[in-house]
Amino acid sequence: MEDIRFTPGLLPPEAEALRAEVRAFIADHLKGYSGVKRAKSWSGADPEFSKAMGAKGWIGMTWPKEYGGGGRSFLERYVVLEEMLAAGAPVSAHWVADRQSGPLLLKFGTEDQRRKYIPAITRGESYFCIGMSEPNSGSDLASIRTRAEKTADGWRINGQKIWTSKAHTAHHMIALVRTQPQDPKDRHAGLSQFLIDMKNTKGITIRPIRNMAGEQMFNEVFFEDAEVPADALVGTDGGGWGQVTTELAFERSGPERYLSSYQLLFELVREIGADAGPAEAAGIGRLAAHLSTLRQMSISIATMLESGETPNLAAAIVKELGVAYEQDMPGRAHDIAGISPRVGAGGFDQVMAYMTMAARSFSLRGGTREIMRGIIARGLGLR
Amino acid sequence: MTGTSEMANILAETAGRLLQDHVTRDVLGAAEDGAWPQDLWQVLEDNGLTQPLAPEDRGGMGASFADAFVIAFAAGRRRAPVPLVETMAAGWLLGRAGIDVPPGPLALIDGGADLDFSGGALSGIAPGAPWAAQAGHLVAEVGGTVLLIPADAATIIPDRNMAGEPRDTVTFDKVKPSVTGALDLTASVPVARTLGALMRAAQMAGAMEGAISLAVQHAGDREQFGRPIAKFQAIQQMLARAAARAAQARSAAETAFLALDRAGGDLTDAEWDVAAAKVVAGEAAEIVYDAAHQTHGAIGFTYEHELHFTTRRLWAWRGEFGAETFWAQDIGRRVLARGADNLWPDLTARQRG
Repeated sequence: MEDIRFTPGLLPPEAEALRAEVRAFIADHLKGYSGVKRAKSWSGADPEFSKAMGAKGWIGMTWPKEYGGGGRSFLERYVVLEEMLAAGAPVSAHWVADRQSGPLLLKFGTEDQRRKYIPAITRGESYFCIGMSEPNSGSDLASIRTRAEKTADGWRINGQKIWTSKAHTAHHMIALVRTQPQDPKDRHAGLSQFLIDMKNTKGITIRPIRNMAGEQMFNEVFFEDAEVPADALVGTDGGGWGQVTTELAFERSGPERYLSSYQLLFELVREIGADAGPAEAAGIGRLAAHLSTLRQMSISIATMLESGETPNLAAAIVKELGVAYEQDMPGRAHDIAGISPRVGAGGFDQVMAYMTMAARSFSLRGGTREIMRGIIARGLGLR
Repeated sequence: MTGTSEMANILAETAGRLLQDHVTRDVLGAAEDGAWPQDLWQVLEDNGLTQPLAPEDRGGMGASFADAFVIAFAAGRRRAPVPLVETMAAGWLLGRAGIDVPPGPLALIDGGADLDFSGGALSGIAPGAPWAAQAGHLVAEVGGTVLLIPADAATIIPDRNMAGEPRDTVTFDKVKPSVTGALDLTASVPVARTLGALMRAAQMAGAMEGAISLAVQHAGDREQFGRPIAKFQAIQQMLARAAARAAQARSAAETAFLALDRAGGDLTDAEWDVAAAKVVAGEAAEIVYDAAHQTHGAIGFTYEHELHFTTRRLWAWRGEFGAETFWAQDIGRRVLARGADNLWPDLTARQRG
């Protein structure tokens, strides 16, 4: 059984100084943003906003300066992220590139790939999507069947991806595909990652999937003899699984794992008001207690990342707890306020309605709750 | 950083080792039958673990709360059947009020608003006082005055919590304290209650780790349908969920201890972290004792097995020094009074370096 500890961390003064700047920026750019628009949190997109963030140096903040990165600390990045999320800023256009694809390319990409792709990401002009899930393989990525075959001057890709967030707006996809036949003895072998130009590659069809909240966030993506150049391979041929695991670690530990529902708490506090009864106060108090303790745990992970550690187990725990918290939020709001929201009304009603539906996806994205618990169980020595 | 200082490492090692050696199944059983575990107490006192928080010139070690966390955590982890954390907290109160700390166990009186100290005499009833009958002195705080009271000056009716720990009813009838001192602190909740909740949160985090550790061990040993039950996904998922909540409780408790160190002369802000710690510990306890007992099956329901020494304490501690509802209301009222627009700014103002 691993010793699971979250050493309390404090954000340094330079990070707090940055916070004031971020708040002023948000106040300026998000004037007049409705509650329900803010509730979309990291699913909301606005290319102009992404460019403005890029101009501020707030994308790729921790990346080396030679590729256009900011060379700043994980704790400074943390502050920018949490302020954006708490305000419901429309960060989704550049979000995946900033959180996952950029770090992946910096770690596994070639020097040419870094020089070609990273600067545009940091300017907020280049968006990425992640091609992992397939119709018959959700969390079980080892079973994916989309394949890339070597050609004279590159690779030919055939197959299908699904649940690909933002495939319809992304400039590039980093796809996990099979380059060697499945090996029953090592299910994770023979997978590779490719950087695919989504706007200029023939043989790619994107079909939107409308979700139950009425949005088009994810898509099906079909590859039919899609030809990509030889330098589209990211990292090593057959080394995709190890690379993906690293990538997922970036995805799991951030403040997005407990702030997705923040707007609902905000509206709930406003709705209930200062003359609340004891039960309402206790309900709000429980939610606030969780928020502040989850934030402390998440900051603790940022502190560990800053000191060069890779806290994979701790990250899985924060995702497990954070997802449960934000997914429970509509239920707790129902306990406290008890309404059937009218969806045209705006304010609390509309945010409540949106979040009630949207929250269903929270324990699915980025590895299901059961996968996270499997990782924790391994840390406990049960597997 | 909490728990990583040299002092904390020494305290963690010492407390962990002494408690593991001296809190045996027999000691736990005997304590529950009413025997005072003098040997256990003596070894803790001889090693300086009972007064880490009082200043050195008042009879303590002058350690920080962050350092003392590890003792409270170990006390919960090993289910020490002595008022170790109460004595630690009472010692801090006395030291803070400039009062010399007497040796021996101290009882921390959570009298709240029900105690009246006027004309130099204390009156009122404090129910559920931990180990009052075993303590040489009682320590109370009323309206900013800390009182050191010889235990035999009060009327004490013994009682017990669910875990068989002494929780007595103490009646003060115009009792004159032996010493008093002014507390240079402002606070919105009675200080003894805040300190007690802080200690219980750490003990609960320790106890949860202990319960999960027992369950993991049992799941590896116990075979059903031809394989260890640890191999069943249902067991893995249940214990993983519980372990995550226990980790949250530990993190929250450590944060609260750190908040006490940073509080200075005003506890109002640190009370938030204590409240949050007590709330998440209480909620986590429910999930942890459920998972631990379910994993153990019928054997964990027997008196013979050691699991219940931990889980019955979790049930009991959940309600002591303010249950989750009390502390959740405290936080909720603050949030609602400040309004939605201040919620995020107030929250982010909490963990500044």
